[in-house]
Amino acid sequence: MIGDGGSVPDGEVDGLGERELLDLYRSLILLRKYDERSLVYHRQGRIGTYAIFWGHEAMQAGAAHALADEDWIFPAYRESAIGLLRGIPVSTVLSWWRGHPAGWWNPADYNVASICVPIGTQVPHAAGFAWGKKLKGEPTVALVFFGDGATSEGSFHEGATFAGVMRAPLVLFCNNNQWAISTPLSAQTAAPTLADKAIGYGMPGVRVDGTDVLAVYEATREAVERARAGDGPTFVEAVTYRAMPHATADDPSPYIDPERVEEAKRNECVGRYEGYLRRLGVLTEAQVDEVKDWALELMREGIQQAEAEPEPDVSLVFEHAYAEPWAALRADLAELRRILGG
Amino acid sequence: MAERFLVEAVNDALHVEMERDETVLVMGEDVGRVGGVFRATAGLRDRFGADRCVDTPLAEAGIMGAAVGLCMAGWRPVCELQYDAFSYPALDQLINHVGRYRWRTGGAMDFPLVVRMPYGGGVRAPELHDDSPETYYVHTPGVKVAIPATPADAKGLLTAAIRDPDPVVVLEPKLVYRTARGEVPEGEHVVPLGEARLVREGDDLTIVAYGAMVGVAEGAADRLADRASVEVLDVRTLKPLDEEALLASAAKTGRVVIVQEAPRTAGYGAELAAVLAEKAILDLRGPVIRVTGYDVPYPYWKLEDAYMPSVERVVDAATRLLEF
Ligand SMILES: Cc1ncc(C[n+]2csc(CCOP(=O)(O)OP(=O)(O)O)c2C)c(N)n1
Ligand SMILES: [Mg+2]
Repeated sequence: MIGDGGSVPDGEVDGLGERELLDLYRSLILLRKYDERSLVYHRQGRIGTYAIFWGHEAMQAGAAHALADEDWIFPAYRESAIGLLRGIPVSTVLSWWRGHPAGWWNPADYNVASICVPIGTQVPHAAGFAWGKKLKGEPTVALVFFGDGATSEGSFHEGATFAGVMRAPLVLFCNNNQWAISTPLSAQTAAPTLADKAIGYGMPGVRVDGTDVLAVYEATREAVERARAGDGPTFVEAVTYRAMPHATADDPSPYIDPERVEEAKRNECVGRYEGYLRRLGVLTEAQVDEVKDWALELMREGIQQAEAEPEPDVSLVFEHAYAEPWAALRADLAELRRILGG
Repeated sequence: MAERFLVEAVNDALHVEMERDETVLVMGEDVGRVGGVFRATAGLRDRFGADRCVDTPLAEAGIMGAAVGLCMAGWRPVCELQYDAFSYPALDQLINHVGRYRWRTGGAMDFPLVVRMPYGGGVRAPELHDDSPETYYVHTPGVKVAIPATPADAKGLLTAAIRDPDPVVVLEPKLVYRTARGEVPEGEHVVPLGEARLVREGDDLTIVAYGAMVGVAEGAADRLADRASVEVLDVRTLKPLDEEALLASAAKTGRVVIVQEAPRTAGYGAELAAVLAEKAILDLRGPVIRVTGYDVPYPYWKLEDAYMPSVERVVDAATRLLEF
């Protein structure tokens, strides 16, 4: 969809007017700023270990924008900040990475499920949710994010199988950044493409350039339309190359290909889209500054709010695992308070 | 002898055993190219090749199930599961096959596989990098379970596990991977499975622990030193348990505090307490007291210090018992 400003011409996407194009830009910048600032906050010791998603913004924003507000998103840790596009406060997501219970949210408030850490295990949740909505006759669609590595997990396979059999209104969105920590895609699967896997689950599989936010948007929108029309799930494989460490604790130098990293950085998705909008003449210098300042300000406020959270009370250790903590748990809390107090 | 960190001792054991026995094969997520996310398998791929130090697909049930087949094909697989909580997809294979296959062949076939994983909390990590899942493994018939607390034991127990004809799960306390440092014998070093380690002798009270909680037990013993002479027993092998060492210590001091990081209910401490109730009741001068994690999900890390058994909690329990 997005050309190179030279020999490869720009395409167009139906239904995206100037306003929608700029909204998409705002989302990309918000995610980019979140990610860049988070890395800084990590280095400053203000958040803990953090899973960097630099270069993945087009997949996240492109997919999210193709959904209606009532549609649900099931993120993995790589999409930890996807909720920002649905109104989850910056401070909430930062709190999650600060190991603070203020990082909890009610999925039903934002139609965004909790951040999922065990690989692939959110796929059956999303399949069950989409199926459940269909059973109730509601038009809701679900979209689940997962990585290339996740497609090796049993949970992915079982979730995709369910989605296919139940004809669940689900988009299985694979962030194929070609690495699972240090394991390259070539060691992950013998399939020529991940989209090829879709056929085994009885659903269409499509493959898009994950650095082209418009291509991601278009492919996801088609999948969402199919789901809403009752035609079942779609597997979307969005391809990029992970240009950053897996997370702040990772040093990729022993395994990554530095040339591919440089190429991925040159071709990164936010800059690509910015160039496109400029060529189209819908983005001015003043707008760029305004959007970036807005995003930076949100981050500043967000980290301040997160840091202003009082230290969590120890009672939170015992709350929420059960609707009604019973006597033994209350006694544990009382004993712990006595010991900590004395 | 060289001074090593605990994780380096694991690495040393793998080098020595792979050198000694060419059927030993290391497999797991990210164990090869990068040498494991904790570098426990660093250097193995360069030394022994990509066929004997294998980066597997991201599939724990696949790792565990394939290890069963590799055993049948004549290998001794040492599987790394990347973290405690990510071992759960492998439980189906572990419970239904790893622990039963020898039995199912009437004892005709050995399944000499090892599963090793970092476990436990206190490392300020995001959700699900902190679990203490030993009970699931201990509860599985047909597998043995070991947990080292020192570098020398990390090497010796892993070596014993690799040479053992039965499946052995070795849980490594990640909290002390790079803080526990000590002398580790060079070359081959075996610590037999089923033998506890008397960490320090005492007369008034025994603290029983394993893994990262041994350090907490020692801290509590220090704190109590002016009031009581405290014995510390490191279980080291959870299954088979060294009952003799446990009962001897209980008979000597008459007071036992058990420390375990995992949630309390039906945790390993309950097993130790049951053994004491069955076989040492007349030696005891007071109740067996457990200091454990709580029966709730492991909390986000701002709260983890409150969840983990602390020196203060162990001292509190010991004091109650001494004053019983
Ligand atoms: C069940 C499970 N096994 C292992 C891990 C440890 N782990 C965390 S991220 C990761 C790699 C995931 O790769 P991929 O699915 O491609 O997603 P990406 O990180 O590239 O977004 C692994 C193995 C985990 N979180 N869950
Ligand atoms: Mg990946």
